[in-house]
Amino acid sequence: MRQITYVQAINEALRQLLERDRRVFLIGQGVTSPWYVGASTVGLFERFPKRVIDTPVSENGVTGVAAGAALAGLRPILVHPRMDFMYYAMDQLANHAANWHYMFGGQMNVPLTIWGIINRGGEQAAQHSQALQAVFTHIPGLKVVMPSTPYDAKGLLAASVEDGNPVVFIDDRWLYNETGDVPEELYSVPIGKGVVRREGKDVTVAATSFMVLKAMEAAAALVKEGIDVEVIDLRSLKPLDGELLFASVRKTGRLVVVDGGWKTGGIGAEISARVVETEFKYLKKPIVRVALPDAPAPASSVLEKVYYPDANTIVSAVKQLL
Amino acid sequence: MSKKPSTPDKADIPVATLRSMHLTMVRLRRFEERVAELLCGESEIKCPVHLYIGQEAVATGVCANLRQDDYVFSTHRSHGHYLAKGGDMKALMAELYGKATGCSRGRGGSMHLASPEMGLPGSSAIVAGTIPLAVGAALAFTMQEKDTVAVAFFGDGAANEGVFYESLNFASLKKLPVIFVCENNLFSTHMPVAECLADTNIYKKAEAFCMPGVRIDGNDVSEVFKTARQAVAEARAGRGPALIECMTYRWRGHVGPNYDLDKGLRTKAELDHWLAHCPIRQLEQFLLERGIMTEPGKRRIYESVDREIDESLVFAKESPCPDESELLDNVFKV
Ligand SMILES: Cc1ncc(C[n+]2csc(CCOP(=O)(O)OP(=O)(O)O)c2C)c(N)n1
Repeated sequence: MRQITYVQAINEALRQLLERDRRVFLIGQGVTSPWYVGASTVGLFERFPKRVIDTPVSENGVTGVAAGAALAGLRPILVHPRMDFMYYAMDQLANHAANWHYMFGGQMNVPLTIWGIINRGGEQAAQHSQALQAVFTHIPGLKVVMPSTPYDAKGLLAASVEDGNPVVFIDDRWLYNETGDVPEELYSVPIGKGVVRREGKDVTVAATSFMVLKAMEAAAALVKEGIDVEVIDLRSLKPLDGELLFASVRKTGRLVVVDGGWKTGGIGAEISARVVETEFKYLKKPIVRVALPDAPAPASSVLEKVYYPDANTIVSAVKQLL
Repeated sequence: MSKKPSTPDKADIPVATLRSMHLTMVRLRRFEERVAELLCGESEIKCPVHLYIGQEAVATGVCANLRQDDYVFSTHRSHGHYLAKGGDMKALMAELYGKATGCSRGRGGSMHLASPEMGLPGSSAIVAGTIPLAVGAALAFTMQEKDTVAVAFFGDGAANEGVFYESLNFASLKKLPVIFVCENNLFSTHMPVAECLADTNIYKKAEAFCMPGVRIDGNDVSEVFKTARQAVAEARAGRGPALIECMTYRWRGHVGPNYDLDKGLRTKAELDHWLAHCPIRQLEQFLLERGIMTEPGKRRIYESVDREIDESLVFAKESPCPDESELLDNVFKV
């Protein structure tokens, strides 16, 4: 199959979604700029000048605008070029978009894709580094997806736009140059379904987004030592594919959860609780979490190096369980 | 208040003040020109750096009216505010290098500078993020019955955030000693100000909140000085806040050392126009014409500033990095 990069897959999905459905529009900071959003929106404004809208720095207002347009029958894709700036948008996301369908007894829905980009490293420090998937996953009424491959980036973006709810679609700039097989036509990957990236029998490693790549690296290193790791790409944090995860845990009896967000109250905490609630008797060892330490991102690269977990961190975590 | 004509009159500014503002501007300029050089190629400076070159008169003219105990809150483009308020140059350079001796101990980088003892409680890289903090500091000064004032520096981009308007309203409502200094450099990243604001006269927003608002030539340090002098005096006397919109221009790109003329965002003619209105050259011309400064005297100023920068660089390079074991220090105050 044809191979393209992760960022090309997003760009292609956006173009095809805009082409296919006149209700779709793209709005957010930098969407007309060739260099702002990691080149993910390049060429779109030229092609769809009325449906690609660059905005002032007004995150809360613009998020409400997108949600309002969704209430009025459109299918907005709202981009926040950096997750850290989404705190300004939290009121419109959490109080408005997320609640609307429930609060009015299911009469109105908000088919809104909120595309939030993780952009970290490079000594960007505490306000330019955050991965907030756990925050969004906590809020009822929001779905949350985190594709790790170019194929899933395209397919989950399409599925987010097709969904009748607010979906937070989270990608990571560290993934943008990864290549993979991507069909030319538009397709969707179901929200709420994980995938086994590598089968194994000794330990289950359930990972999200960029950390799936690191988990695969760890698995490749561990197999040389005779340790057979099963890697699960969660893909969708809400709804979560419990069945896929539970089946794997029943098989291996050992679980490491790997996420690029903070540890306390994080994705690893949620996944661990879910597994313990129903699969406790299959667990041979305590669950181990690999996550960010509970600290803001430091600037100094010396500290960044110990702050961000990598394949070695996962290797050590797996070994703790054997 | 309406748009004032440019007032090149420097007559009522003390000569010593003019000299010290000149020195401050040269320190800001030469420091950042050195940083720009250091950023080229395989740089040891890894954090994102937003240069202030071209805007020096704003920080300089405002801070020349402040006392050490007045507070200045800054943004992602913060070197100028930090130095003009008296922040230590060595600690700034070390911060750019991510060193333990940096003004934020290597945790913040270029966008997050602090020097509490100099009235610099910190700079934020969230657009408009520090505007309400300045209002809050002003509230505290009032409650503590101090006559200190707070200054919020921010760009034109910040006028797009709701919190800007909420802050103006609260400050005016409570008559707080805070001065809002908008540095309108015509761009918010890639967006010209006219593509962001329905009314680009940012100073006029003040009217809606019943506070004085003026637009001035932000490249004329004397005009900035005099306008800020009045606003600071009013605020100190308990007569409430003011908004000063300083028209200026950043010579380099939004981030990094380049001029970014290849990005199709601005023309060479526009840049040349602003290069010709260099805030430092304008003041130097005046000082030379009036005999306040001589050519050899000017050269000596540049030489001594360059030596200070050399020393800050040696300090930064020789300083230790933070230790890995300190990663979790300071998450909380203990
Ligand atoms: C809340 C938030 N949104 C977006 C950004 C990205 N961003 C960084 S600087 C900037 C432009 C700010 O323009 P302005 O306030 O005029 O300051 P200037 O950079 O021109 O000095 C933007 C949009 C941010 N840092 N914070």
